[in-house]
Amino acid sequence: MTFEHILFSIEDGVALLSLNRPEQLNSFNTKMHLEVREALKQVRHSDQVRVLLLTAEGRGFCAGQDLSDRNVAPGAEMPDLGESIERFYNPLVRTLRDLPLPVICAVNGVAAGAGANLPLACDLVLAARSASFIQAFCKIGLVPDSGGTWLLPRLVGMARAKALAMLGERLSAEQAERWGLIHRVVDDAALRDEALAMARHLASQPTYGLALIKRSLNASFDNSFDQQLELERDLQRLAGRSEDYREGVNAFMNKRTPEFKGR
Amino acid sequence: MPRYLHVQAPEQGVRLVILQRPEALNALCTELLAELASELDAAELDEQTRAVVITGSRKAFAAGADIGEMAERDLVGILNDPRVGHWQRIGAFSKPLIAAVNGYALGGGCELVMCADIVIAGDDARFGQPEINLGIIPGAGGTQRLLRAVGKPLAMQMVLTGEAISARHALQAGLVSEITQPELTVERALQVARSIAAKAPLAVRLAKEALLKAGDTDLASGLRFERHAFTLLAGTADRNEGIRAFQEKRPAQFKGR
Repeated sequence: MTFEHILFSIEDGVALLSLNRPEQLNSFNTKMHLEVREALKQVRHSDQVRVLLLTAEGRGFCAGQDLSDRNVAPGAEMPDLGESIERFYNPLVRTLRDLPLPVICAVNGVAAGAGANLPLACDLVLAARSASFIQAFCKIGLVPDSGGTWLLPRLVGMARAKALAMLGERLSAEQAERWGLIHRVVDDAALRDEALAMARHLASQPTYGLALIKRSLNASFDNSFDQQLELERDLQRLAGRSEDYREGVNAFMNKRTPEFKGR
Repeated sequence: MPRYLHVQAPEQGVRLVILQRPEALNALCTELLAELASELDAAELDEQTRAVVITGSRKAFAAGADIGEMAERDLVGILNDPRVGHWQRIGAFSKPLIAAVNGYALGGGCELVMCADIVIAGDDARFGQPEINLGIIPGAGGTQRLLRAVGKPLAMQMVLTGEAISARHALQAGLVSEITQPELTVERALQVARSIAAKAPLAVRLAKEALLKAGDTDLASGLRFERHAFTLLAGTADRNEGIRAFQEKRPAQFKGR
């Protein structure tokens, strides 16, 4: 499958997925959804990929749903937005959260609507200094989707989550970093390189273990302390059987650099 | 040699039966069902076998019946369907049957899960009876065991809409006894089997029978059955050994008599 609205490549264990409708600020239409889905399917089924880097082309990251794709002209039948959520946005954020590998998101510019929540479903978010996050939904009578209402209060607290969601004001990348919404702000010109360097570093690490870390941290919001302790026990059991653990211990004992395979 | 089953004996007293029909997500064709019934018959007769674990693949426990096969049968064909007999044999297995479920358990797969006494599920397992989507209904206990397991409203919703439920929902509803990480489902089921295999076999058999009675009889009859079973065990050597070992603070050595 050749892609029209995204760029996709796999190199040295790093899958790079870049949204590529720069003229429309990389907003989602159905075709872009289908292409992203296909690319993520390849990521899931490849035994080469150890890290996914999600970013976008042009000056914006993603402006959410392409509204010109939705017919809400007077007299037209009211659209069922729930259906497009169920068909596209929910599977997308579920996939990003459930992918058994680290997912890095490099937010290169404005991230609005679903585009502001997509990064939050990733594991490590870098943002360009000029980037910003806008929960734009409230301005057109909608509710933050793509996991936003779940992730926001957990990341920045309820007071800030409500202000972001109900005022819809632009949140600068630097403020987002201070609030703990994202991991780190990077100078615009350095963003792509820093994100790639992080991806390449992680691709050389025990990525199976990293996937288990991701699984445990994702589960912690839902679990009680006791359930989480049980989960840690089970995941440690799995991690302890991995080739990478054996290699890590062996390299440590022999004072050499480990060579991890991601298994 | 069975074609669609892979049978292992990973530890003393325990058999592990793996459904292996990957090209069809372990759909329960008649041959597979016949093999499974024969396998359980063999486990029934084998004195060494104390518990059986049944599982599928990481992706599917069993994703239903074989639709192509079903389409070929007309009314008379279905009246004479050999599958009914296979299901009866599976349902009549008297030793503990533990299902280790990952992925899809749909239609006949879900019905097979409900034939098991204990169900350990991976946390991404899905349970459903989608027969209604094909203009048919569950035909191997799906309308009966499901209602007894999860109650009427959920059973009705599942059977009438054909929509599947998650492992967490299934746990909450009582269809599943425990959920775990998918990679550990079989291991956990084997642990449970090992624990059962170490108990007094006659007590295990009568306990299973008494528990199943609770599902299909009134309370007074059930209590009577339980009392008779309890009394029967008083005549066994294992009962004396079990009590003595407890008093002497040592592990019991059960002999099955």
